[in-house]
Amino acid sequence: MKLLKNIGLAIFLLGLVIFTALPFLGSFKMSEQIMLEQLSEQELGNLQSDFEEKIIDVEFGTSSAFGNAVIDIYNTKNEELKANEEWDKVMYTQEKEFAFKLAKASTTGFVADNKLLLFFLSFGLGILGALIYVYQDLKLLGPAGIKNDGVYHSAAQNRGWIGIVTFLWLVSFYVLLYFNPHIIVNLTNVVDPVKHLFNPEAGASQWFLYGFLYTVTMIVMGIRMLIKYRHNKYQVVRTITVVLFQLIFAFLMVEILPLFDLPAKDLKNAWPLDHYFLFDWNVQQLLSSGHFGKFLFFWGIILSIIVVPVMVYFFGKRWYCSWVCGCGGLAETLGDPYRQLSNKKLWTWKLERWLINGVLVFAVIMTIYTGYHTYNVYNNPDMDGKDILFGLSAYDVRSWYGFLIGSIFAGVIGTGFYPILGNRSWCRFGCPLAAYMGIVQRFKSRFRITTNGGQCISCGNCSTYCEQGIDVRAYAQKGQNIVRSSCVGCGVCAAVCPRGVLKLENGPEEGRFGNEGPIVLGNDGFKIDV
Amino acid sequence: MEKIVIIGNGIAGVTAARHIRKNSDNEILIISAETEHFFSRTALMYVFMGHMRFQDIKPYEDWFWEKNRIDLKFDYVERVDTDTKSLQLKSGQSVNYDKLIIATGSKPNKFGWPGENLNGVQGLYSYQDLEMLEENSKTAKSAVIVGGGLIGIEMAEMMISRGIEVTLLVRESVFWGNVLPQKDGELINRHIKEHHAKLRLHTELKEIVDDGNGNVAAVITQNGEKIDCQIVGLTVGVTPNVNFLKESNIQIDRGVVVNEYFESNIQDVYAIGDCAQFTKSVNGRRNIEQVWYTGRIMGETLAQTICGNKMAYNPGPWFNSAKFFDIEYQTYGWVFAKLQEGEKDFYWEHPKGKIALHIVWDSSTSVFKGINVFGIRMRHQLFDQWLKGQAKVEEVMANLKTANFDPEFYSHYEKDIIQKFVEETHKNVDLKPKTWWRKLITNA
Repeated sequence: MKLLKNIGLAIFLLGLVIFTALPFLGSFKMSEQIMLEQLSEQELGNLQSDFEEKIIDVEFGTSSAFGNAVIDIYNTKNEELKANEEWDKVMYTQEKEFAFKLAKASTTGFVADNKLLLFFLSFGLGILGALIYVYQDLKLLGPAGIKNDGVYHSAAQNRGWIGIVTFLWLVSFYVLLYFNPHIIVNLTNVVDPVKHLFNPEAGASQWFLYGFLYTVTMIVMGIRMLIKYRHNKYQVVRTITVVLFQLIFAFLMVEILPLFDLPAKDLKNAWPLDHYFLFDWNVQQLLSSGHFGKFLFFWGIILSIIVVPVMVYFFGKRWYCSWVCGCGGLAETLGDPYRQLSNKKLWTWKLERWLINGVLVFAVIMTIYTGYHTYNVYNNPDMDGKDILFGLSAYDVRSWYGFLIGSIFAGVIGTGFYPILGNRSWCRFGCPLAAYMGIVQRFKSRFRITTNGGQCISCGNCSTYCEQGIDVRAYAQKGQNIVRSSCVGCGVCAAVCPRGVLKLENGPEEGRFGNEGPIVLGNDGFKIDV
Repeated sequence: MEKIVIIGNGIAGVTAARHIRKNSDNEILIISAETEHFFSRTALMYVFMGHMRFQDIKPYEDWFWEKNRIDLKFDYVERVDTDTKSLQLKSGQSVNYDKLIIATGSKPNKFGWPGENLNGVQGLYSYQDLEMLEENSKTAKSAVIVGGGLIGIEMAEMMISRGIEVTLLVRESVFWGNVLPQKDGELINRHIKEHHAKLRLHTELKEIVDDGNGNVAAVITQNGEKIDCQIVGLTVGVTPNVNFLKESNIQIDRGVVVNEYFESNIQDVYAIGDCAQFTKSVNGRRNIEQVWYTGRIMGETLAQTICGNKMAYNPGPWFNSAKFFDIEYQTYGWVFAKLQEGEKDFYWEHPKGKIALHIVWDSSTSVFKGINVFGIRMRHQLFDQWLKGQAKVEEVMANLKTANFDPEFYSHYEKDIIQKFVEETHKNVDLKPKTWWRKLITNA
């Protein structure tokens, strides 16, 4: 079994190596015809001669080299146009998106001819190897129960060299995905066969690649989670649920809805996590997509204003963060091996409150800007500077937000830093929806983690494995309940407690903080507030 | 303002310090030769197994002590002079006190076995023991653990987590047989074997064999069996750590002899925790209580006295908990290994043999006496109320659903339990639906 596990690991690593090598395989050559198909009239007018001279029928070894040549031409031309003040000719497409699109269409050679094979050699081997690897734990880890042996002896889980390598790989992947998609065109090429299952006409974008990788990772690591916590039904039910929400709502529905000419919306994505909800293009898309689109628009509003707080009142924010949310879902599956890395020191709690509530304020301001802009688009179509409020452009505000919060915080730091900062740094420090729900959870909710009288032995497993960095022990050893805005209700503190001290509960609001005095059950001389 | 000096930074001493700080402005000094900062002794096993780092088992961050004006001294007290109210430290310093609290805990028992001082023979109590075990387990292939108690099974789990073969020598017919009733112990016996530890029942240690270089080579049992091993875990109980007081005027028996106010024979000298020995049993408990929870209760209680609210040790109903590999154990009230006179009991076990409930009551009055649960979590407060209020066993059984503290979605066995209970006892019990547990407390 140990041998099989190692074989699984070897297969997984082989798949990973092939996946990582993909951007260096194949070649990219643009024909005249592709240029005519892919470029708009304006772009053709601007770029055709340069393209014919430097790009057309030239073979590039990587999408990166091809893309850089395209970007070079594109930017040079644009600057020239701006210098000549030919404003009607200036192009506003993002140059890297532009390069991605053209590289994608110009894929030739080995990769273009062997997409399915390469899909199996990268994703296929990766999935197969990972499944073999995690499945062996069913026997290797012994009888069902808490299995954290060797976590802090592990180079992967304790910021050792494997952790650092994983961190660098993940961060690189996010930087390429968000900011340099033209470099990873081949990664999207190999998932084309999957995309074709939904739409034989379309190629996979980087977002399809990401969605597919994300969902597959959650399923495989979800299976690991199920094996590890199989004695704990809360973990089993929760893990299955959060993986299904990702698979159905965030992946399948988003792919299937457009086939019926409906907007590709993730129905469970609530504002302000769904930060572009009031962007003009989103509102336009929804309101112009018939009854279903209008329903989605109103559902989005009701979800955020009514469903979210009401559910938090009854169940705590866990109903979203640990049962429904995609970010939370990845954290609970891929991120589970890293949950102990969250910092528990008091200063991080202070930092957390400033950061996460700061992001919420930023999200509200950004939404006011975009809402104002969208309102004008509908109601004051002739107005000049529809996007300007207090001297700032809604376009600028939303692009700052998108860059700083949407990309850097949620993606690069939120996930890329799993092996360094733990699995919930986005949820803990950055997510504006978590901040919003946290305020409700702290002040008006039936949810709490109950401490079981005086049974705590201060061992610290609860605090150590709290992904949100809550010092659970500090409450438990005083006999107090845990009522914290940041708690996502993953239930792992209750699972790892060796003395059965913690229980996630929804009960009457009255007395939910439990014993607020310093005394735990002990000497009979004390009055205890139960 | 007085100067309170506490010797020992375990749970008893530290709890006393914290509560003295809460209730007074006294100067507080804690002296320990074990570690600079308080840690949770019960969690040492998790550091060894890699669940946590040492820093994670410190319940308070290092700045906590200065912020709360609790002075710490990392030193060893060699002598206590109660006439001059001063302590002599190993470093040569001397420290004066107005009130002295002795909370020096225990040390593992050794019973004079041949070879008990060889390299590789050790107990597991202190931070130093952990370091030693880390060292001893580097090259060890197999270990023998002597004694069927809580520390013994923890050591077994620790060894197994490092791939070291384990044999447990247990004197009784079941694991922890002086505390657990037969059936409860059998359940644990099976679980120990499921984890591939060898269990030698009715077996005692005779001697430990030297490999010729002062290291352990094997043990020989009273039955004459020789078991090769490189580590011997001695987990046959602990003894108060009070040798340093032998020259002082403080009265020592096995521990520091104290009354119910933790007062020793000397004015202003108190003892709490493992090292305190009560002159007479409090609430039917043992005279020396070596349990985490009682250490904490004693610390809380003595702090009241020190701060002017004189309070006797009067612990509430007994409770305890442990974990045997994967099986959690909780107990409330008294379930003795052998049923006491006038008591009746009921035992239920899940067909898979890992979940069980054992309840004891007074046969004439039906008053609930105590419960052991394995693999089921129960609400402490509720059982505390029931025990204090002399609830009848029928009431306890009828409200098992409300008493359950298992995580959400767990399977529930109350129906099966009650069915068997009614069949066996012919008592009239209707299982009540789950209510919010506090309602039950207010009604009690």
